[in-house]
Amino acid sequence: MKRESLLNAALMAVLLAVPLVAWVSDEPFLITLATRAVIFAIAGVGLNFALGFGGMVSLGHAVFFGLGGYAMGILAYHAQTYTTLMDWPFALDGTKMMPIIWLVAIAVSSLAALAIGALSLRTTGVYFIMITLAFGQMFYYFAISWPAYGGEDGLSIYVRNEFPGLNTMDPIQYFMVCYVLLSLVLFGVYRAAHSSFGLVLRAARQNEDRVQAVGQAPYRLYLTAFAISGAITGLAGALFADLNRFVSPTMLSWQTSGEIMIFVILGGVGRVFGPVAGAALFILLEHTLGGLSEFWHIYLGAILLGVVLFARGGLYGLLAGREVAHD
Amino acid sequence: MTDPVLDVRGLCKSFGGLVASKNIDLDLRPGEIHALIGPNGAGKSTLIKQITGGLRPDSGRVYFNGEDVSALSTAARARRGMGRTFQISSLAMEYSVLQNAVLGALGHRGDVFRFFNRVMKDAELVAAAEHALEQVGLAEFRGLRTSDLSHGQRRQLEVAVALTLDPRAFLMDEPMAGLGAEGSHRLVGFLDGLRQQAPILLIEHDMDAVFALADRISVLVYGEIVATGTVEDIRSNPVVRSAYLGEEDVA
Repeated sequence: MKRESLLNAALMAVLLAVPLVAWVSDEPFLITLATRAVIFAIAGVGLNFALGFGGMVSLGHAVFFGLGGYAMGILAYHAQTYTTLMDWPFALDGTKMMPIIWLVAIAVSSLAALAIGALSLRTTGVYFIMITLAFGQMFYYFAISWPAYGGEDGLSIYVRNEFPGLNTMDPIQYFMVCYVLLSLVLFGVYRAAHSSFGLVLRAARQNEDRVQAVGQAPYRLYLTAFAISGAITGLAGALFADLNRFVSPTMLSWQTSGEIMIFVILGGVGRVFGPVAGAALFILLEHTLGGLSEFWHIYLGAILLGVVLFARGGLYGLLAGREVAHD
Repeated sequence: MTDPVLDVRGLCKSFGGLVASKNIDLDLRPGEIHALIGPNGAGKSTLIKQITGGLRPDSGRVYFNGEDVSALSTAARARRGMGRTFQISSLAMEYSVLQNAVLGALGHRGDVFRFFNRVMKDAELVAAAEHALEQVGLAEFRGLRTSDLSHGQRRQLEVAVALTLDPRAFLMDEPMAGLGAEGSHRLVGFLDGLRQQAPILLIEHDMDAVFALADRISVLVYGEIVATGTVEDIRSNPVVRSAYLGEEDVA
């Protein structure tokens, strides 16, 4: 327990220190890189809630990431073009206000997760992986073929959305917004993992029969976890789109789902802070290896293979050992 | 006579040509230990699964405390008070011993949709869990990871988790298996007292334990109950002797 807490603290400290140093030495690119890591971490923490705690191997989390992105894109698009989002049954305007956009992103992605989960969770194992992948592809092709919001070209936002009292176009200020959100999400997820719900959910991953024998139906647990998971990943999607001031169907692609899963596996499946380490490592590799060769994914693949074969617990398993039972 | 806690009527189940349960009638009365014995492959575990809801019978009904629970899920039956232990230990292996017991107490209390409490600091749940662990003699191992327990200790933990459910009836699938002489002896003494709390349907291969504990015994052979009666009835039943207790006794 102690070692893991230490690692958590060190990880969060480094993640904060790098952009601060970059800010002082005036290297905005590094700050953007760190912001990407933080946002990916949130997405990974979201997937980990389903994958790590509930054992639901979802290859469709890009849906929620993309829906969060499009929630931001569509709201901001209507705000910047001064058009209404809808006229009937009541007139609704777009918005440039981040907190509202986040809430919408969370609401939309958790509802989508409820619907997708309700259907997908009737299957298990490989079938669950395939059906979540299929839903992901459905949303992807829908986004490509729907012309209203840019279709294949995506949707650009001129100016980053607003947060009261901050200049979000300043990289370090936007980084801080994302960093604080990551901290809040981690706190919530940590508490949930150690709550009544967390105890039963994680037991269901280990042994469904046991959970049923103590009188609880796994389906409701899984579905709730899947919705929470989707909501968190959706929030990350909204932040990511705002970082780039751009949203496109790529956010919905299965490659995105795969990348989010890589954060989780690299960091340590089922460890609360695992995806943070995974996302940070991913960004680091993308930056260093990506500088060496355009085909850096080959090296990433090799590293991933190494982790899966030799360090089953990911970075956290390697550095903090297996999870200690909490009393 | 008092109403049975568990009443199984006309249960049939076949897998293709294999008849696993053939028109089974079985009941469990308050305060008794009803042992279910039979050779390997007789359909004992299949029967337990149908009673607890893991397997749907082809026909027949299961009544629990007078209620027809035939259509209910495993979880719903457990909430109504079926306390089951598994033949092959079915525990959350990554959890500590105490966590497994708390899981039982929490499942029984029912408020699992709480996301912000600290469940292992819940005094009521931990007290119930520790009490159950003490009863089976696992209290000193509460901090151990379940996967680090010995086979016998896992069997004990199975029983402890069932205890935390405060069930109306226990359904125990070979709780003595792998316990060793001393462990078995201990558990026999414990189950002997437990029947006052709730009746026990006991599947067991350890004949000494069965004869020491059972108020009634039912013998299952090829999916059919060939005899039900007291220990004396069963011991002297010629069908049972040839089918199960061994030919050498007859010879």
